[in-house]
Amino acid sequence: MANSKRTLAALVYNRPGVLNRVASLFRRRGFNIESIAVGRTDDPKLSRMTIVVIGDNATVEQVRKQLDKIVDVVKIIDITGDDMVSRELALVRVKATTATRAEIVQMVNIFRGAIIDVGSNTLVIEVTGDEDKIDSLLNLLRSYGIREVARTGRVAMTRGGTIGSIKAEEEAATGRQR
Amino acid sequence: MKLSGARMLCQALINEGVDVIFGFPGGSVLPLYDVLPEFQGLRHILVRHEQGAAHAADGYARATGKVGVCLATSGPGATNLVTGIANAHLDSSPVVAITGQVARAFIGKDAFQEVDITGITLPITKHNYLIMNASDIGSVVKEAFHLARTGRPGPVLLDIPRDVFVEEAEFNYPDKVELTGYKPIHQGHPAQIKRAAELINSSECPVIIAGRGIIISDACEQLRELVEKSQIPVATTLLGMGGFPGTHVLSLGMLGMHGTAYANMAIQNSDLVICLGSRFDDRATGKVSAFAPAAKIVHVDIDAAEIGKNVRVDVPIVGDLKVVLQVLNTLVNSKSRPAWLEQIQKYQREHPLCVSSEEDKLLPQHVISQIYELTGGDATIVTGVGQNQMWCAQHFLYTRPKTLISSGGLGTMGFELPAAIGAKVGCPKETVWCIAGDGGFQMTMQELATAVQDKVAVKIAILNNGYLGMVRQWQELFYDKRYVGTPLWSPDFVKIAEAYGIPACRVKNKKDVSAAITTALSYDGSYLIDFMVEPEENVYPMVPPGASLAELMEHPDARRANASSTFTVSNV
Ligand SMILES: Cc1ncc(C[n+]2csc(CCOP(=O)(O)OP(=O)(O)O)c2C)c(N)n1
Ligand SMILES: [Mg+2]
Repeated sequence: MANSKRTLAALVYNRPGVLNRVASLFRRRGFNIESIAVGRTDDPKLSRMTIVVIGDNATVEQVRKQLDKIVDVVKIIDITGDDMVSRELALVRVKATTATRAEIVQMVNIFRGAIIDVGSNTLVIEVTGDEDKIDSLLNLLRSYGIREVARTGRVAMTRGGTIGSIKAEEEAATGRQR
Repeated sequence: MKLSGARMLCQALINEGVDVIFGFPGGSVLPLYDVLPEFQGLRHILVRHEQGAAHAADGYARATGKVGVCLATSGPGATNLVTGIANAHLDSSPVVAITGQVARAFIGKDAFQEVDITGITLPITKHNYLIMNASDIGSVVKEAFHLARTGRPGPVLLDIPRDVFVEEAEFNYPDKVELTGYKPIHQGHPAQIKRAAELINSSECPVIIAGRGIIISDACEQLRELVEKSQIPVATTLLGMGGFPGTHVLSLGMLGMHGTAYANMAIQNSDLVICLGSRFDDRATGKVSAFAPAAKIVHVDIDAAEIGKNVRVDVPIVGDLKVVLQVLNTLVNSKSRPAWLEQIQKYQREHPLCVSSEEDKLLPQHVISQIYELTGGDATIVTGVGQNQMWCAQHFLYTRPKTLISSGGLGTMGFELPAAIGAKVGCPKETVWCIAGDGGFQMTMQELATAVQDKVAVKIAILNNGYLGMVRQWQELFYDKRYVGTPLWSPDFVKIAEAYGIPACRVKNKKDVSAAITTALSYDGSYLIDFMVEPEENVYPMVPPGASLAELMEHPDARRANASSTFTVSNV
């Protein structure tokens, strides 16, 4: 079966060690994480993780089921598909001389990026988009001399529905018990 | 009412129905030990090594179906539990392990006897907790027991800093567990159960593989109903033995690497495998790509992640076996399968379990058969790991669930004695036999002292072959008989037992086997028999590692299987 890039969205309890539990599971079972992004949600009890994994269907399904077994993982779904929207943010420090500065700024504008810091011979660029867009900007900047790159990894949602809230989960759970 | 953390813990354990703790004290748990006598309902059994505490709690859990509890101090006490926790994890045994931790202010400072035991046990527990406030103890203990015993059971560890035991707080003990991220599914999907029933009804030659899930879910009756209604032969895994009576006409005994030839043949030639509460371990399936090549596969398990993990599955059913089988049984037709059952009887006739035809030797298989005969099969057998374990699986017919207790997934030598002690503590009316190898016994034989101090009567049979026998067998078969690191000197086990105050005897001849077993059985207390068995006896049949179940090696004497000098276990 063919390998592909898959995006899992997880709601996890905002507790010490949760990230460790998730990361340790990947290591132990030999799954590859492409990226993992974690942040709070509007519910202080919960964080949201966006995990990008590479594998065939069976592997990714195994990853999902194993992650779902972690007690601190409230919900996890594979949101890969047409109705997924995803973004990544990157900060790039690039070498810039008086001769190249204008050129770089122009290019950043085309990518709807922003210059967020100007040093004597470098610029710090901020850009958001899908991975391909960021990759192509980085490719173009390479010839000027990239000094430093920081990327967040993908965060993603589906266009239509939500992956749910803890309240929805609780309701579903009590419904199931009935 | 305000209580100290230590008292809250004890009260919470009592609320959870705990009556015994296997433990070993140390600095960080002293405040807990100090209050233990106030709680008369909690019996403390002092082990001689914390590994023994974890195995005893595990043995207790497997024998009773209740949660077993072990307790150790921080640092080395906690790390000594690790093997036992991993063992419980791989065999889905409900255990709660409690460890002391250094005081909160010292955590992370490499304080005396500090280890990160929640970090260490993260991949070998179902869940674990570091309890940082005494006020959390009630709710965490409640959750821990709920997690340990429900869904797919497993070990849960509670790490409690020394000063949390001392801290006073309001004791709140919730009557409900709120775990949004944890909801085992009990009801199988109705459409999938229907598909399974259709496959069963249309199948010509189906086989059931019954795993430990049958025992955990208390589904033995439902399994039997399915089997008898639809006339499906049953092979059990090592941990599933007793889930279906080994004496039943439709029992094929164990499958897998050292399973019966006819169980493996039935599976390889089946058109439908119905796997109930087993995880298709590689010791059971042999080479996965050649497993049951013509069969459709139905897999029922409460752990969704087990389905499709190792073997392709046609009908996945996530649910509790008892519940699923109750529904399935209403959809399955009564059926007789004369052709298939005749075929199976032919396998059984032509490939019976066979042992050496040399009559006068003291064969280990004979020891197990004699224990079976003389107990009338009414005993709990706790095995070591290796050849002794496989002979216990082959030559004792288990008719009740929870009567074969064995380290399956981890294969932990040294499990036998402490687990037997735990099983006997949990089921004081059972006759509990610890069947040990001479190697494994030496890994935890210090627990003889535990049995003596706490008056736990276990009958111990050492199958003393002078080797790490199973490894020697591999060396014989696959490494040209180069016996490296496997010849084993042992102390005089009879004298060892006597030094602990346990009566013992040595058996060198076949003719003395039954008398020794009878003496052990009639003695009111622990008793040890050192059986000096045939040193180079091998376990057969054997599916070589990496081979398919079809490529099994039978006993060299199997050709003479019909000769009168060969005794066989036949259950037809
Ligand atoms: C703790 C541990 N170490 C090593 C092994 C590998 N091993 C599997 S079986 C076996 C031999 C066991 O010897 P013994 O206890 O004498 O039993 P026998 O096979 O001779 O019946 C060994 C070393 C193991 N299973 N567990
Ligand atoms: Mg041995």
